[in-house]
Amino acid sequence: MELIIDITLLTFLGITALAINRIDKLFCVIMLSGIYSLLCASLFVTMDAVDVAFTEAAVGTGIATVLLLSTIGATDTQQRSAPRRPLFALLVVCATGAILIYGTMDMPAFGDPDAPIHQHVAPRYLQESQQEIGSDNIVTSILSSYRGFDTLGETVVIFTAGLSVVGLIGFRGMQKFGDRQRAAGITQDDMGKHLVLRIVIKMFIPLILLFALYVQFHGDFGPGGGFQAGVIFASGFIFYTLMFGLDAAMRVVSPRTLSYIAALGVLIYGGVGVATLLMGGNFLDYNVLRSNPLQGQHLGIFLIELGVGTTVFSIMVLIFFAFSSRKGLRQ
Amino acid sequence: MNIGAHYNYWVAIFLMMTGFYVVITHGNLIKKLIGLNLFTTSVFILYISMAKVKGGTAPIIAPGIEVYSNPLPHVLILTAIVVGVATTAVGLALVLLIYDRYGTIEEDEISLKDDAL
Repeated sequence: MELIIDITLLTFLGITALAINRIDKLFCVIMLSGIYSLLCASLFVTMDAVDVAFTEAAVGTGIATVLLLSTIGATDTQQRSAPRRPLFALLVVCATGAILIYGTMDMPAFGDPDAPIHQHVAPRYLQESQQEIGSDNIVTSILSSYRGFDTLGETVVIFTAGLSVVGLIGFRGMQKFGDRQRAAGITQDDMGKHLVLRIVIKMFIPLILLFALYVQFHGDFGPGGGFQAGVIFASGFIFYTLMFGLDAAMRVVSPRTLSYIAALGVLIYGGVGVATLLMGGNFLDYNVLRSNPLQGQHLGIFLIELGVGTTVFSIMVLIFFAFSSRKGLRQ
Repeated sequence: MNIGAHYNYWVAIFLMMTGFYVVITHGNLIKKLIGLNLFTTSVFILYISMAKVKGGTAPIIAPGIEVYSNPLPHVLILTAIVVGVATTAVGLALVLLIYDRYGTIEEDEISLKDDAL
């Protein structure tokens, strides 16, 4: 049964990818890429990667689609050139694909429990993480404790990407943004006509934010953690911005505050590392935080997940603000 | 040879090659970025497929369950997804700047305008 679902989803993914290649209308392509992400998320669930599925559903179908839509809103909605040298490209692609498929011949069969990947460090994570870290969700244990260095690096990458976006397209003319819109005859009342949408969204936003907090603080026991919570919290804000306009959203939280929050998140993460150093342990060795190592791990994971969550949330909202202020200026 | 044994890997490679094809043939910058996303996602599928253990369940410790899938690839891919969208945003920001400068997002029109200078 599992295999049938797996094969069906993969086949749908292939069809969607081909459609993305063929279609010229960028709006359709973006919607298809959202569907593609949702299919991916379902596939990840069937392959037991619930945390990954969670992230893909929130990021791929939510944030990435909104960012792509704001980009075509500010540029062009139609692909205007035909594919270049398609036959030659097809040849290159087929040759590369054939070599890669030849490479998979040596790979262990799908789901084989004796595959090399399951022999090295994985058994230790599976058998001892509960005694060593004390968290039910092994993914959280690895993410924030065993491989805390990696996660610190990735949080910094996200922070840097956010800074780059703001540095590249920024918020030029931001203070004047509202005036410009009024001068251009664009009012936020365009969306205000949709009374049903307004009311439903108002009811949904607190639930989304509450759910994000649940995902943030329940990551030790179930699927979830800082990355997913940050993205979901940000999507609550994006929802609000789409409905009530950029001006209103920026009154709730200004870009300046957001950039401070983003820096604060990275600072919390690095600060925990420095604190463990000062208390006589290794960098990000949470055992020394409290007298009982398990309590220390619990506190450490709580703090760094908080750091990740705040950084991811503020960077996602910041990027979205930068993109949508652009669109407003162009109009 | 059992088809189910390698089907996941083959589809991952097919998706990767489709993404590759989109990136090299299409001149539209936004479509190129979407192609790049296809490419990235295929790598995610490959990693998660390798993590699956037959008869296993999600790696969250629960009483009475013996077999879990490998959690390590899950961690790697989880962070890669969020980093991926952040870097895509940087790419889209560059597209916006290019549109400001050239008034188009088609690669050949951009190089025509470059040659005219």
